[in-house]
Amino acid sequence: MSETLNVPTMAECMAEGRQPEILFWVGSAGSYDDRAKKITRAFVKILNKANVDFAVLGTEESCTGDVAKRAGNEFLFQMQAVTNIEILNAYEIKRIVTACPHSYNTLKNEYPQLGGHYQVQHHTQFIEELIHSGRLKIENENTFKGKRITFHDPCYLGRANNVYEAPRALLQTLGVEIVEMKRNRKTALCCGAGGAQMFKEPEKGDKDINVLRTEDALQTNPNIIATGCPYCNTMMTDGVKAKEKEATVTVLDVAELLATAQNL
Amino acid sequence: MGIISNIVFAVILVLGVGYFVKNVKTLIRNIKLGHDVDVSDNTSQRWKNMAMIALGQSKMVRRPIAGLLHIIVYVGFIIINIEVLEIIIDGLFGTHRIFSGLGVFYGILIGTFEILAFLVLVSVIVFWVRRNIIKLQRFWKSEMKGWPKSDGNIILYFEMVLMILFLVMNATDVHFQTMQSGNVISQFIAPWFQGLSEATLHTIERTAWWLHIVGILVFLNYLYFSKHLHILLAFPNTYYGSIAPKGKLNNLESVTKEVQMMMDPDADPYAMPEATENDEEPAKFGASDVQDLNWVQLLNAYTCTECGRCTSECPANLTGKKLSPRKIMMDTRDRLEEVGKNIDANKGEFKDDGKQLLGDYITAEELWACTTCNACVEACPVSINPLSIIIDMRRYLVMEQSAAPTELNNMMSNIENNGAPWPYNQMDRLNWKDE
Repeated sequence: MSETLNVPTMAECMAEGRQPEILFWVGSAGSYDDRAKKITRAFVKILNKANVDFAVLGTEESCTGDVAKRAGNEFLFQMQAVTNIEILNAYEIKRIVTACPHSYNTLKNEYPQLGGHYQVQHHTQFIEELIHSGRLKIENENTFKGKRITFHDPCYLGRANNVYEAPRALLQTLGVEIVEMKRNRKTALCCGAGGAQMFKEPEKGDKDINVLRTEDALQTNPNIIATGCPYCNTMMTDGVKAKEKEATVTVLDVAELLATAQNL
Repeated sequence: MGIISNIVFAVILVLGVGYFVKNVKTLIRNIKLGHDVDVSDNTSQRWKNMAMIALGQSKMVRRPIAGLLHIIVYVGFIIINIEVLEIIIDGLFGTHRIFSGLGVFYGILIGTFEILAFLVLVSVIVFWVRRNIIKLQRFWKSEMKGWPKSDGNIILYFEMVLMILFLVMNATDVHFQTMQSGNVISQFIAPWFQGLSEATLHTIERTAWWLHIVGILVFLNYLYFSKHLHILLAFPNTYYGSIAPKGKLNNLESVTKEVQMMMDPDADPYAMPEATENDEEPAKFGASDVQDLNWVQLLNAYTCTECGRCTSECPANLTGKKLSPRKIMMDTRDRLEEVGKNIDANKGEFKDDGKQLLGDYITAEELWACTTCNACVEACPVSINPLSIIIDMRRYLVMEQSAAPTELNNMMSNIENNGAPWPYNQMDRLNWKDE
């Protein structure tokens, strides 16, 4: 697990007097959560492979405030936003790519009004661009050949921002069989983690949302449940465990699938 | 007799329309209890939304069966109401079928009305069966007990009766039947009345005619007391509905001001607030009652027709939690009505009634069950946004009452202390690189 990744920080770029093409916004989950860190690393491997000139904020990055805002703490959200915007603007950031739909939504939709104007992309959109422009080639198209993959739409990517096709287009390049859940795209069911639910026990009910969503996914008889959000990843992984299917079904981020298909 | 019935008709018409106008004024007054929100942007997109979503029913047909039936009833009602124009002229001036002079065109017009009336009748019966026999789940949720359940059925009965009266009125109109033009459906009903004298037929025809127009006026006035208001409010509601990406929540400006002050190194922490001309009360963060919401949210509440598509797609509700986005809208409307009546009873001033939307109608448990997934917003066929109300009420709970669940308080203090919702050191943020 310790091949070296090339991860320049903005501070280093600044010291060298250069401006990277994109800022990779890692997000709190991608920085600290053990499962999400693997997604972060997979995405960086892809960036390195495609020779993308990128940087991260590193220790200067702070929570976007998404969960605070959705928990109702507008105050904390705006404090976080203003602090982040100050740093982003000081580095004159123009383009941001993130593997977290929550960061994506907040940076893209909620920062502009507070003075943060950036072009923001989800990592699946950015990778799709890399493939389109020929900067990234899928080398081992057969890694996942014949596998059945179902894609779980993260709410904050799909319904919240109408990005449904980029992740699917990437899966298509892997030569896999994509099987859609009954509830997909606009009617996709939430994994249960949004709106700060990730950080609390669910209210009283007769089932956990992630279990219900995992049942949706399992109905398609998949080998792999793909998603594009660290929270969804955790929830679906837990769901698969709850259904005792972890021996046959894996939950992976689209970036992880692509990195694996590249032998990265 | 002639002139008297004309006068009676005019009086009924004025009373019917007058009472409706009075209630519409109350409705507008109540909606304006919400605070202002800028919706002046992007008018062309807004008109387009109204044309597509309300006029074009684009979101209704996502559920094909209900969508198709609804389109029939909707188109039927709009078109058949052209007939009301003739009825009003006939009623006021004592004429009979004043437009029948149009000849063939009149036949086509009435024929179309008859076919639509028949289709509406069939659709409404199917709607009734779905509600009461098939018992579609979304019509049997806990918030649909009592009045909301009756309301749904009363509307269907109204529509059935009005359509039947229209067809009977045509079927027993001897003059109209002999024209043999336009009686596409009523010619099959006419034989039921065979053997009755012309005078009896005339009585039946007149009775049906009167009941039909009076029924329409009663139904018009029923709207204000019913979920059926959507037939009018769907239009403004889709116009004023959000045009931003669904993930975008508004930023509270009152908070922005405070944050700016806190972040400003030159700010004098001991400064007295500047005396402004309009000495406003300090802004309340979030919403605990309907007056804290904005008027679009209140318009949303009146527009809701309780179809329950939101609730049937809500992940919290699907897993047995108390939250139902439809109930959020119904509660908001019911509380707004209560506040409105309070104002009417107290000469235009709201008198504290010791109640509020939060707690007395919507519980914290419901609010905390929301995943903010936007499924409800996406599902609503008339652009209602229950999520925005949930968020505004969470804001009140957290910022005014510090009443967040403990785990969320921990999460928030983590963000305050180390810039992440988990208790990890900010300096470890890049450790993933070398793991």
